[in-house]
Amino acid sequence: MDNSFKNFADENVQPKSFVFNNNNLVKAKEILKMYPKNYKESSIMPLLSIAQRQNDGWLPKKAIEYVSEFLNVPEIKVLEIATFYSMYNLSPVGKNHIEVCTTSPCMLRGSDEILERLKKLTGIGIGEVSKDCNFSLNKVECLGACVNAPIVKINENYYEDLTLQSVEELINKLINNKKIKAGPQTSRKGSEPGKT
Amino acid sequence: MVEIFINGKPFEVEDGITVIQACEQAGEEIPRFCYHEKLSIAGNCRMCLVEMENSAKPVASCAMPVAKGMKIKTNSEMVMKARKGVMEFLLINHPLDCPICDQGGECDLQDQAMAYGSGIGRYVEQKRAVKDKNLGPLIQTHMTRCIHCTRCIRFAEEVAGNDQLGSLNRGEDTEITSFLEKSIDSEMSANVIDLCPVGALTSKPYEFLARPWELKKTQTIDVFDAVGSNVRIDSKGDQILRVLPRINEEINDEWISDKTRFAYDGLNFQRINKFYMRDSNNKLTESSEEDAIQLINSRLQTKNKNDIASIVGNSVDCESIFSFKLLLDKIGALNYDCRQDESFFLPNQRSSYIFNSTISGIDESDLCILIGTDIKKEAPVLSSRIRQRFLNYEKSYQILRIGKQNKTIFNTIDLGIDSKSLLKLKEKKYTEILKKSKKPMFILGQGAMCAEDSESIFNYSLMVYHKYSKNDKWNGFNILQNYAGRVGGLDLGFFNKKNVISRSMIKKIYSGKFKTLFLLSADELDFEKIPKNTFVIYFGHHGDRAVKRADLIIPISCFTEKEGIYVNLEGRPQISRQIKLPLPDVNHFSDFIKKISHALNVDLNFKSFDDLRQLMFHHNEHLSRINKISYSKLHKEKKVKNNLLNTEIFSPIKNFYMTDSVSRSSPIMSECSLNFFSK
Repeated sequence: MDNSFKNFADENVQPKSFVFNNNNLVKAKEILKMYPKNYKESSIMPLLSIAQRQNDGWLPKKAIEYVSEFLNVPEIKVLEIATFYSMYNLSPVGKNHIEVCTTSPCMLRGSDEILERLKKLTGIGIGEVSKDCNFSLNKVECLGACVNAPIVKINENYYEDLTLQSVEELINKLINNKKIKAGPQTSRKGSEPGKT
Repeated sequence: MVEIFINGKPFEVEDGITVIQACEQAGEEIPRFCYHEKLSIAGNCRMCLVEMENSAKPVASCAMPVAKGMKIKTNSEMVMKARKGVMEFLLINHPLDCPICDQGGECDLQDQAMAYGSGIGRYVEQKRAVKDKNLGPLIQTHMTRCIHCTRCIRFAEEVAGNDQLGSLNRGEDTEITSFLEKSIDSEMSANVIDLCPVGALTSKPYEFLARPWELKKTQTIDVFDAVGSNVRIDSKGDQILRVLPRINEEINDEWISDKTRFAYDGLNFQRINKFYMRDSNNKLTESSEEDAIQLINSRLQTKNKNDIASIVGNSVDCESIFSFKLLLDKIGALNYDCRQDESFFLPNQRSSYIFNSTISGIDESDLCILIGTDIKKEAPVLSSRIRQRFLNYEKSYQILRIGKQNKTIFNTIDLGIDSKSLLKLKEKKYTEILKKSKKPMFILGQGAMCAEDSESIFNYSLMVYHKYSKNDKWNGFNILQNYAGRVGGLDLGFFNKKNVISRSMIKKIYSGKFKTLFLLSADELDFEKIPKNTFVIYFGHHGDRAVKRADLIIPISCFTEKEGIYVNLEGRPQISRQIKLPLPDVNHFSDFIKKISHALNVDLNFKSFDDLRQLMFHHNEHLSRINKISYSKLHKEKKVKNNLLNTEIFSPIKNFYMTDSVSRSSPIMSECSLNFFSK
């Protein structure tokens, strides 16, 4: 069954410790300054994001504990947020982490077929990581760019106005370590009106 | 006040309340799961939908504040349909396992599905299943039944103050759990069992023991701490099966501590049901009532009555103490006391040993000063009440603390661990806080009252209190008692003034000054220190610490087997009811006293228990005002030089789960100690 249930990764991949590196520590302190002192929990999300970037795109147990200690917020409150949002990963992801939007507008524009094609191209199912650690795949709720549906998010960027053909091209380029262009995969500029 | 219309009828309701509260005042029942009077509003179960004029959709009444001229319908077709729909959704993932569910028969979901549901479900797909969580030795989980009302999460955060529960994931994958499934470490944790509207969180010790309709329900009070929480004890035959809180907003709101709830099983173990006498080989052998009475009387008839000492334990009811006092007064054996710890108090000043502000006074106070108390362990219910004041007070509610820095469920400003740090209250930082406060509340715990310099602590704190409290109607100088029987004993005057002033009673016992020592359920002495030549007579219901030393053991009934008055820490007399019959051939203590007096040919002026109680009321009029607090004037401090020491002041209670002979005999409490108590 496809579900978005998240749990901590296996004990054997969990790192022994986690602390922010110097750069991130500076960043985290900057973020803390943005919120009132009695609302420290407001910075849970940006801090988790920093932690995830530092740890190759996923959050180990130690990172949750570290952030909770950093902000003096109960661990469970940090974990609640980390499990609620699909943008946080609790287990290791591939070099290219693909998130497919399957909410209504994307679905109407054919996201189901795109998901199926992606599964075939990468050889993995939802929530899995490919053996070469090149790809991981996930199904997510609305990515907020319905005007360019269907959309797929790969790592930090959106790839929009997809067709089965353009998806295949994207993946092939990624397999061959070639650069890919973010944004609409047609001649459309941004979300300009017109034929797609 | 605003006027609103409920089902066409006009009602005047208070401004700022929510529609669900207004409907309740108007006598309309609104079904609900997530809404709870004592917790914050979540608004996520949607069961309380009502129709509001000028609103296209039904509104959640628990989250909607009342407004002038609002027109609410609670029984329209739209509302019925909405409830049916919500119920159908709630039941989608709820298993149909009521016959094997412990909540069956007292389940909100079951009742409301009967009352407001549609009777048939249309859902044919697969239901979800959720792995059960391990939340410790008290709470059994069946998480598949959870409907995510989040009451338990809000309780843990707002009342228990331990923030260990949360909901992970989202949508249909939502699960309630604690971080890494740690057990909930809180003295109040088991209240989530009552809060859970379904059978997701149930009581582990009560699991599969009974159905609610089989139980005899007795409304009584708790005697495991001095708060006097109101409880309902459910029993089946001779077995006590569970203890539940009763709502009393003046005392315990609707919470009770885990000890109150689960120490009852100690009543089934280690009971003394026969007379025992120590023979020449230092072995306890069975004896008889006649022999025991004869032996006691020969001891009582000694020429020098100063050879006799009597100590009453921590959770003895007023009638027993009073009958004991009658006998001792009559024969002139005046060395008696109800304090095994010799905690400080002033004879003739009732305000020197009670919680003067009363418990509901906490909700009015604007500053709290804790002196030598670990309130989280000594009185968890009070601690939660302070936390709620701390969270809800409009301005910042400050809590100063002097004494050992134990874990608390609110933020404290620590002045120091020794009593000398009381002097810091003179510093400008703190005088400013004190000056700002209109209703300061001092809480002196037993850590302070049992300390060597307790008189100085008491005097100095009282001096500070009088200096800053200018409000005549406010009496916020509180002593926090730890034991249910203590205030009653002091009220009845079960102490010897000379010994109170010199604080030498216990020392005299240890030095062997007394030839005979009577112990009425007193188990907290250091029995190894009692010299061999003292003859120890123990009246008790549990084979605990004292029996190892006692030379004569007399069985008496325990608190669930008799009726008795207990005075709680506020000075409020309450009646503890009889739940079951005593063990065979075991007497009420006062009956035994009567037998002794007969044998001695002494008339104690009471024939029956009722006589005894009336006689007690006659001598102590305020005890007859059941459930009411009698006013006690707070006196000025003594003008003496205070000698504050720099030794640490700490609470006498170390392990919350084991504080008396009953809880020490309780298997459930032992398991809790194993889980939660670390030295």
